[in-house]
Amino acid sequence: MNESSIIGYAVIFATICLSLAMIVVLYRMHKGPSLPDRIVVLDLVASVAVGFVLMMTLSYGKTVYLNVAVTVAVIVFMGNIAFAKYLKNKLKDG
Amino acid sequence: MVEWIVALLIAGGGFFILIAALGVVLLPDLYMRMHAITKASSLALVLFLLAVIIRYPQPGPVLLSLILLLFTVATAPIAAHVIARVACMMKVPMAKGSVMDEATDDGLFDDISGTGSAEN
Repeated sequence: MNESSIIGYAVIFATICLSLAMIVVLYRMHKGPSLPDRIVVLDLVASVAVGFVLMMTLSYGKTVYLNVAVTVAVIVFMGNIAFAKYLKNKLKDG
Repeated sequence: MVEWIVALLIAGGGFFILIAALGVVLLPDLYMRMHAITKASSLALVLFLLAVIIRYPQPGPVLLSLILLLFTVATAPIAAHVIARVACMMKVPMAKGSVMDEATDDGLFDDISGTGSAEN
């Protein structure tokens, strides 16, 4: 890690926070009582994943990883909309 | 000085994403959990992206970060709205102490959710 040390410490702190958040969120995804619960939690999983990628960008000093973050964000938004459409159609067809 | 600002932004982003995760576990209701997730997590991403923008002030990374920032701010409310609408159609139950359900009271989704069986 060739950063100045204060940014390094901040990145370590944020990575620990992101890891705890991922564990907790996956627990909720396992437990979540309804299907919309799980879809909403999927949104947060995507946010945590984008956060991990941004932490990689900041700690490795390589800005190519920003492309990965953009791609993950776009795909998960599409996934959310698709899930919502699917649920609505399922509801309509009975 | 710039390093301290960047470090503060990064630490703030981690803190807010932890708040979002705690809200997901502790709140009793789908709609409340959605309230926790949408706002706190998009705020955390905005803080992270501001840190990236300040840390790497070249045109390429700044452009990508701005695209991602605008995309996050624009799509998080849309996704939350769409999913909340579907949850309301499926009659996902509210928490015990809730006092008001305007969509169901006004019969907004009667034509859809009256026919199907929402087993989930």
